[in-house]
Amino acid sequence: MTTASLTGADPTTEVPLKRRLRRAERTRQVKALALVLPLLVFLLFTFAGPIAGMLWRSVDDREVRRVLPQTIAALATWNGKDLPDEKAYAALASDILAARASGTVAIAAKRLNYALNGFRTILTSTARNLKAVPEPGTARETLGKINPAWRERTTWTTIKDASGPVTGFYLLAALDLTRNVDGAIIAAPPDQAIYRDVFARTFLISISVTVLCLILGFPVAYLLATLPPGRSNLLMIFVLLPFWTSLLVRTCAWIVLLQSKGVVNDSLHWLGIIDEPLRLIYNRFGVCVAMTHVLLPFMILPLYSSMKAISPAYMRAAASLGAPPLTAFLRIYLPQTLPGIGAGSLLVFILALGYYITPALVGGAADQMISYFIALYTTETANWGLASALGAVLLLATLLLALVYGKLVQGQQVTGGMKN
Amino acid sequence: MEAGMVTPAPALVRFSGIQKTYDGEHLVVRNLDLDIRKGEFITLLGPSGSGKTTTLMMLAGFEVPTHGEIYLSDRPIKNVPPHKRDIGMVFQNYALFPHLTIAENIAFPLSVRKTNKAEAQERVNAALRMIKMETLGHRRPGQLSGGQQQRVALARALVFNPQLVLMDEPLGALDKRLREQMQLEIKQLHETMGITVVYVTHDQSEALTMSDRIAVFNDGIVQQIDRPDALYEHPVNSFVAHFIGENNVLAGTVESVDRDYCRVALAGGGAVTARVVNVSGAGALTSLSVRPERIVIIPDGASSDGPNRLAAKVRNTIYLGDHALAVLDVAGNGEFMVKLQPGSHDSLGHGESVFITFRPEDCLALDPV
Repeated sequence: MTTASLTGADPTTEVPLKRRLRRAERTRQVKALALVLPLLVFLLFTFAGPIAGMLWRSVDDREVRRVLPQTIAALATWNGKDLPDEKAYAALASDILAARASGTVAIAAKRLNYALNGFRTILTSTARNLKAVPEPGTARETLGKINPAWRERTTWTTIKDASGPVTGFYLLAALDLTRNVDGAIIAAPPDQAIYRDVFARTFLISISVTVLCLILGFPVAYLLATLPPGRSNLLMIFVLLPFWTSLLVRTCAWIVLLQSKGVVNDSLHWLGIIDEPLRLIYNRFGVCVAMTHVLLPFMILPLYSSMKAISPAYMRAAASLGAPPLTAFLRIYLPQTLPGIGAGSLLVFILALGYYITPALVGGAADQMISYFIALYTTETANWGLASALGAVLLLATLLLALVYGKLVQGQQVTGGMKN
Repeated sequence: MEAGMVTPAPALVRFSGIQKTYDGEHLVVRNLDLDIRKGEFITLLGPSGSGKTTTLMMLAGFEVPTHGEIYLSDRPIKNVPPHKRDIGMVFQNYALFPHLTIAENIAFPLSVRKTNKAEAQERVNAALRMIKMETLGHRRPGQLSGGQQQRVALARALVFNPQLVLMDEPLGALDKRLREQMQLEIKQLHETMGITVVYVTHDQSEALTMSDRIAVFNDGIVQQIDRPDALYEHPVNSFVAHFIGENNVLAGTVESVDRDYCRVALAGGGAVTARVVNVSGAGALTSLSVRPERIVIIPDGASSDGPNRLAAKVRNTIYLGDHALAVLDVAGNGEFMVKLQPGSHDSLGHGESVFITFRPEDCLALDPV
């Protein structure tokens, strides 16, 4: 037989064989790579690039450095314990004059105002009132006279903190943390500490929606997987129909249905069940209902595909072995749908985390999720650093969850279908 | 094959006037009356769509008879759900639960019956020993070969000592050698444990090897139910003769009937004497059935006695190792098979004219095909 000569090949002839194999494989690999290259390039520009950009922006801090370069250089050796020396004041005065000439004061003012409320006024008033470069040795006095804030340590530590080129300021702010005057990390003042609540709310809404989707989607997926093909196709069309409708249209439909003069309230009133219209929208209830509706197909489809792979023979086998229907379902059917439940829940949960339009349209002020704030900082106040930091924290939390899910699933991989 | 000879044991299962239809128009099982005795190995044999699997599913409780009643130990079970019937079942593709280990699979029927842990463990170990897989209890079904999965399915169906075990083409997915080995193992288990087995297959050799009795199904009706040797030697109609074993068919018309034997004029010329099995009388069309091993080839010119002597032309010889077959052209049938004696397969030339002869009692006059 030829196998004898193949297995008995001595190492000297084996090396060229391996090389030949690699060469043969390489052509195939190059071809495969060429086929996916457009997609890779596309992903690089539209996905990997923006995410890297976002992560960079969440720590990028070069605005003050650009506007006040001499001040930053002078503060490099400052110990931060007392007020800085005369040299730093002189550098600041010269920087402010240069910035006023080039019209960049506002850039630094905006950044410093994030860290210390009122800094904008300090900087702009100083820029307005500083007539000329102060005489050598009088810079501290001159600036202190224009604005007494220059005699305070906090003003200077704020500048030093913002000296870049990278900062943890935005990331800390996204977690309701800040640095005090000595550089220690402390909780942010209560009037600025909103993001932990928003994150908690975002996760709570996402979990509620996931659970609702699972409860509603499981029986539908089961029906889809077990009905005869004709009827299951019809049902599948009903499941997919929302998919083919615009998100905005579906959300607006819920407004029509749920508003105080809407279809649901009018019907209940006409039936005499209620006297006053129920508040069904612009609150948490409306958000959960609309999001569950929108996200339901993402739960049903993975569940359906995992259930489709479960042969009806398993349930029959369980019954023939003496298991009553409920026992058979809990011990045989349900465990085999776990991969589908996991995939569907993860999909719905992660999609729900990023929801923006639906809560914005049907939610109240207390139902806005994290993406609302990201959008707000991106488009309204142009605080890209904070927007990026919020995005980075959300991304991290999501990745962590996906990782946990992956670990959980890894332990219990099953073959799915029957062998053969 | 001795089991069938003894006095019939009382019926464990009785099908009484069972009919089954799925669409309300076409009966899958037309009229089934069948007794299954305690301790016997009975096989439901038939082509696909003959109603054998439906019959098994009705017994297991997965299908409800449209009409009639099934009795298990004299208790009507038509309305008893499957999990209360105490019937073990081995499925076509094993249906081992993929998310449980082998030991957990085997323990499943015990745990749903709330058997205490120590006893369940003991019985699972005994079952694993029985199938010679003591060391593989922690594996999952996906890690086993087809034959091993089959053994586990068997152990799982037997571990709770059911009064009846059903097997739905359990060996269909295995290769030939493994299948033959498993046939013997199942047969051995049946004999040592004294269980009652209802076995469904479409493979007639499997049925012949394993069964005490075989019920041959066709078209929703049991054509014949008997011991394997009786089925082979005394088929009641053409379908059974054709389905069990190799068989040569010659069409003809009955000329005269003389008690147990009749004279038949063959459609392709010539006449033979055949045993009357299933013909109405003189003038009726019939098809004759002769087994390949009951035919002797005699060279052209040699004389022979006996009433059945037909001219034949050799078309081909097929060498099969342990024996050889000659394909002859006899009375219009171009695929007439004759089993040759060992060592004589090369003595026949293509196109050679020969004569064949067989005894009248080996030639059965059956209903026309």
